[in-house]
Amino acid sequence: MKFFKLIAKNLLRHKLRTSLTMLGLAVAILAFGLLRTVVTAWYAGVDASASNRLISRDAVSFIFPLPYSYRDQIAKVPGVSEVSFATWFQGTYVDNRPEHFFPRMAVDAETIFDLYPEFLLPHDQLEAFKRERNSCVIGEKIAKEFNFKIGDIITIQGDIFPGTWQFVIRGIYKPKDKTVDPTQMFFHWTYLDEKLKQDSPFRAGNVGWYIIRIDNPEDAPAVSEAVDRMFENSPAKTKTETEKAFQQSFVSLSSAIITSLEIVSYVIIGIILLVLANTIIMSARERIREYAVLKTLGFTSKHIFILVAGEALFISIIGGAIGVAFTFPVVAGFGAAFPTFFPVFNIANSTLALAAVFSIIIGAVASIFPAIRSANIKIVDGLRQIG
Amino acid sequence: MADTIVQVHDVSKSYHRDSIEIPVLQNITLDVPEGEFLALMGPSGSGKTTLLNLIAGIDRPNNGSINVAGTNIVQLGESALAQWRSRHVGFVFQFYNLMPVLTAFENVELPLLLTHLSKKERKEHVETALNVVGLADRIHHYPKQLSGGQEQRVAIARAIVTDPTIIVADEPTGDLDKKSADEILLLMERLNGEFKKTIVMVTHDPRAAERAHKTQHLEKGELIQ
Ligand SMILES: Nc1ncnc2c1ncn2[C@@H]1O[C@H](COP(=O)(O)OP(=O)(O)OP(=O)(O)O)[C@@H](O)[C@H]1O
Ligand SMILES: [Mg+2]
Repeated sequence: MKFFKLIAKNLLRHKLRTSLTMLGLAVAILAFGLLRTVVTAWYAGVDASASNRLISRDAVSFIFPLPYSYRDQIAKVPGVSEVSFATWFQGTYVDNRPEHFFPRMAVDAETIFDLYPEFLLPHDQLEAFKRERNSCVIGEKIAKEFNFKIGDIITIQGDIFPGTWQFVIRGIYKPKDKTVDPTQMFFHWTYLDEKLKQDSPFRAGNVGWYIIRIDNPEDAPAVSEAVDRMFENSPAKTKTETEKAFQQSFVSLSSAIITSLEIVSYVIIGIILLVLANTIIMSARERIREYAVLKTLGFTSKHIFILVAGEALFISIIGGAIGVAFTFPVVAGFGAAFPTFFPVFNIANSTLALAAVFSIIIGAVASIFPAIRSANIKIVDGLRQIG
Repeated sequence: MADTIVQVHDVSKSYHRDSIEIPVLQNITLDVPEGEFLALMGPSGSGKTTLLNLIAGIDRPNNGSINVAGTNIVQLGESALAQWRSRHVGFVFQFYNLMPVLTAFENVELPLLLTHLSKKERKEHVETALNVVGLADRIHHYPKQLSGGQEQRVAIARAIVTDPTIIVADEPTGDLDKKSADEILLLMERLNGEFKKTIVMVTHDPRAAERAHKTQHLEKGELIQ
């Protein structure tokens, strides 16, 4: 395009102004990308949840356990193909600092990996795990983070379940894809329960929640209702819902923060749009006389419009591209700094697409009014302008 | 007698400031034959620039008709008029009005960007024009690296590069010292004599007007013979 050179030369007129505006755009797009990535990381658990799994927990609160005896009863409900269970163990590894946190759960070793096929565990490791009472399986990311190998012993200080607990690693699972949490630790519920039987027998024989696999996702409401009705008159009533709904109930606890992050990410886009508009308006005003001269030479309003809008689009697209390019290392660095805080921390394609689209929209919206005004100046008025 | 290339017939023009109407030109009729070198003189505010702008098709009259090179430009729409200007008019301003970010070459090339000429053809035209004005050695200089006289010569090269039908110049020597002004006037004479260009030039300077074939005087918006 013949006007490209003119646009480029106009951009180089105020090198500092152009580069600062571009830098501003890059930073804004980077901030947008990072914030969106935090938001998507937050929702990752919800997105990864399978539609053929139900979670059954105590109707009053998640912190109350359910009797182990429910298991067989749930398994008899029509439409249920398998039942597993888990208990939130928590505990501390080394100390309480957040970088040492990762989810630790007592699970039914026999069934848990059947229900969670997204945790990829080699067959021999699974068999070894099932065989050994005090063994555990950890996620790939945790193994890498703390340099754990198969056969190593992990020592956890119990808090919900007091005592010093030792587990030997018999398996390291890989996540099926990037949406699966690679930071969890699973060990035998039976190991926990045996200790409880000795130390505090009244706490034994309970599980945290049941995980129910159903044959047909459409049956979810019916199966949930059947399970809950079954325990309606028991001391521990259940609340059964799809895994997705269950995950969302956690996410919604912090949804105010997440929503405000989302709002801030758009506010940043709005601010940088105003900054660019200001730059373009300033440049266009300075050049009224030049645009009038160009029109004298035979340039049309359309040509002038292209010159002004082209300049803005150039700044916003280049700035946006720089921003997107830097989003990758910054997100990677952020993820590395808080490896267990956001187990799944990737730039979603939708974030990249939004960043690209916003870069273009910023340039277009910021320049539309100055471009129209410059295009429509009357030549004689423009030529009389001192400048 | 040569053909008439510019026919201004009964043209009036007024501007509005707030709600007051300021009459600038009244019932102007003016014929310029092809190959003429016409000087327009008159006191400040008499409407010289306004008349020149009307002839060049960058402003519109309230009444009357303006025929240039066989086209009644008063009837042309905005973009048709722009296209007409690029083909028929070369404009020279008092303050040169070069693009500060473009070199002499690029400034002269600007009007050619609107044509279908190839890059190579454009280069040839630009070099020819810069040769005519004697600036072949300043081709890659930026306006701020040139003297006022040189800038005006680049502007003249820009005006002639498309080989326009008429050249209009609004006080082309108004901002120059005597020596540079003489060079510019000499160049205008050459364009008229050697290249047969019709020129309409507004000037305050009687010495400049002397170079022209004919001088017309404007006073309070009216031509006086
Ligand atoms: N765009 C405009 N808006 C309002 N008034 C204008 C405009 N252009 C010119 N005028 C008025 O029209 C009158 C004639 O202006 P013009 O520029 O044609 O005079 P001129 O003869 O070229 O003067 P000078 O020798 O000072 O350049 C002046 O009174 C001027 O104020
Ligand atoms: Mg004037």
